[in-house]
Amino acid sequence: MSNDPIQPWEDSQATPLIRFENVTKRFGDFTAVDNLTLDIYEKEFFALLGASGCGKTTLMRMLAGFEQPTEGRITLGGQDIAPIPVNKRDINMMFQSYALFPHLTVADNIAFGLKRSDMPASEIAGRVEEMLKMVQLSQLAKRKPHQISGGQRQRVALARSLAKNPKVLLLDEPLAALDKKLRQETQFELMDIQEKLGTTFMIVTHDQEEAMTVASRVAVMNAGVIKQIATPDAIYERPNSAYVADFIGEVNLITGKIASGTEKSCKIAWGGGSITAQPRRKLAKGTEVRYAIRPEKIMISAKKPAATNAVRGKVHDIAYLGNISTYHVQTETGQIIKAQLANAQRLSRRSFTWEDPVWLSWTDTAGIVLTE
Amino acid sequence: MRRALVISIPYLWLIALFLIPFGIVLKISLSDPQVSIPPYTPHLDLSAGWAGIKDFFSKLDFENFIWLTEDDLYWKAYLSSLRIAFTSTVLTLMVGFPIAYGMAQAPKEWQPTLMMLIILPFWTSFLIRVYAWMGILSTEGFLNQFLLWTGLIGAPLQIINTDWAVFIAIVYTYLPFMVLPIYATLEKLDPSYTEAALDLGCSRAQAFWSVTIPLSKSGVIAGCFLVFIPVVGEFVIPSLLGGSKTLMIGKVLWDEFFSNRDWPVASAVAVVLLLILIIPIVLFQKQQERTQEAES
Repeated sequence: MSNDPIQPWEDSQATPLIRFENVTKRFGDFTAVDNLTLDIYEKEFFALLGASGCGKTTLMRMLAGFEQPTEGRITLGGQDIAPIPVNKRDINMMFQSYALFPHLTVADNIAFGLKRSDMPASEIAGRVEEMLKMVQLSQLAKRKPHQISGGQRQRVALARSLAKNPKVLLLDEPLAALDKKLRQETQFELMDIQEKLGTTFMIVTHDQEEAMTVASRVAVMNAGVIKQIATPDAIYERPNSAYVADFIGEVNLITGKIASGTEKSCKIAWGGGSITAQPRRKLAKGTEVRYAIRPEKIMISAKKPAATNAVRGKVHDIAYLGNISTYHVQTETGQIIKAQLANAQRLSRRSFTWEDPVWLSWTDTAGIVLTE
Repeated sequence: MRRALVISIPYLWLIALFLIPFGIVLKISLSDPQVSIPPYTPHLDLSAGWAGIKDFFSKLDFENFIWLTEDDLYWKAYLSSLRIAFTSTVLTLMVGFPIAYGMAQAPKEWQPTLMMLIILPFWTSFLIRVYAWMGILSTEGFLNQFLLWTGLIGAPLQIINTDWAVFIAIVYTYLPFMVLPIYATLEKLDPSYTEAALDLGCSRAQAFWSVTIPLSKSGVIAGCFLVFIPVVGEFVIPSLLGGSKTLMIGKVLWDEFFSNRDWPVASAVAVVLLLILIIPIVLFQKQQERTQEAES
């Protein structure tokens, strides 16, 4: 992704817009966020990804001002925001429930924040019109929230939270209430709007597909700690731990020991033989490692292929997903390895079926060696 | 058939306990007083056949209703009842809303206890509680003794036998009817509405006025009707705590019925009271329907 125009995190000179510095948040005995440090740059579309209860929502609520950190500090544009109350922060939030005021019309909902700002009353109507146009809802301005569809409500919530032109927009599971088709369309709209406005967006989600689609960088959180921050492709292709590899997408995790190795190449001994891989650094012989390989990077063939890594097994199960099929192949030592094939041909002409003996093969660059 | 049976039960209940008694009261209100048992005439004499029925209906008239318009006591009593009911509804709202709001904001585990405390007074008879207020509000009562002891006043205040005693007792007695519907509305309110208002630049007070108050409207309206409607016809509180100047239609009705033994005029007073109350009752029903529609 070297052609990506916005990569300020690569630039050591760039100053981040938002900084979490050793932030800890405790609720009684429970530590929701644990000594977390995080930089977010201007114009980023930053995604916080994690299972429910991992602390991602708490992190966002601290930025919005609904919670105060127990320890550490948060700065916005270099300024500590702890003393600034929620209504004075240049940060707006789009709520998971949208929280559209049911007693106000769509236009009045969008104008709500503007009326409490220092914008002259004469300019408010124009701004509301502009926001309505942005989300393509001009014709619904006079409706009440219960008179429009879920997707339209989502757009109103977005327009309302962007109306004051905040420095940062926080999105709390913004698309969770929409069905899958609409969600995918809306993801692209969100990206377009973010790109057009240049506002820094921070999205909290448990949906990895959503995070990968919209975000410039993704932070994977677990138990109050960030496990990895990287671009979506790096998170997927080069996870730094078994947790991240397992959390994002499907993966085969093979436990083994380093049999021999240099900085460039190593051999991992496991139950089913030996795997040749490229580690990120030289690993001592005998080191316990986990080898992570994505199912779609594994080939299936009937004859022994001429690849670096090849394992024999038989088809144990097939999950047909329409565009692809996932084959669960049982190796001779009993392990199950998942491999994915695109269904380029009609189902009736499928090459492999249950109980067929097959070869699995992959290159030495396909997988990744993890020590965590 | 079974469905018809199930539906018919509430209708039978309404017919037996509301429509038939109302028919009897309406009939008495059209009769003339008479010293006899029962103290009015005519009586329906079915043994005389068709002629008896015709004779019975020909003797009914609107004399008592005309009488209600001729003596200014009645319309003054109606107006005074409406005024007292209105004032005490506003007072009950002013006391009840903060209580309901406080309950809804309290930690979840306290809320059942607070609810219990609101309902607890109902465990004692209404009459006994009103008598207790006589002990508190009378010239030598606890309140005056306390105020004299603190030195805030030099001479006892005259509270009992004034409208103030009536207002205090009404607010106290009807408070749960105000608090419970408002609490139910506030408790259901998604806290993210307030958070969204704060996020969009409101202060706490602005968020309260521009979001919490409008969104609790249905509870406030329900509570106001639940207080206003019964207070218009309230009899016990004004007769025990109100003075001779506290004029309420419930008291007038009691006097007509028991002191004057003029059942027909008392019935006419009751019928007119019911007609007056139908207006707020219909408004209340409309409001409830609208709320249900908005929620579905």
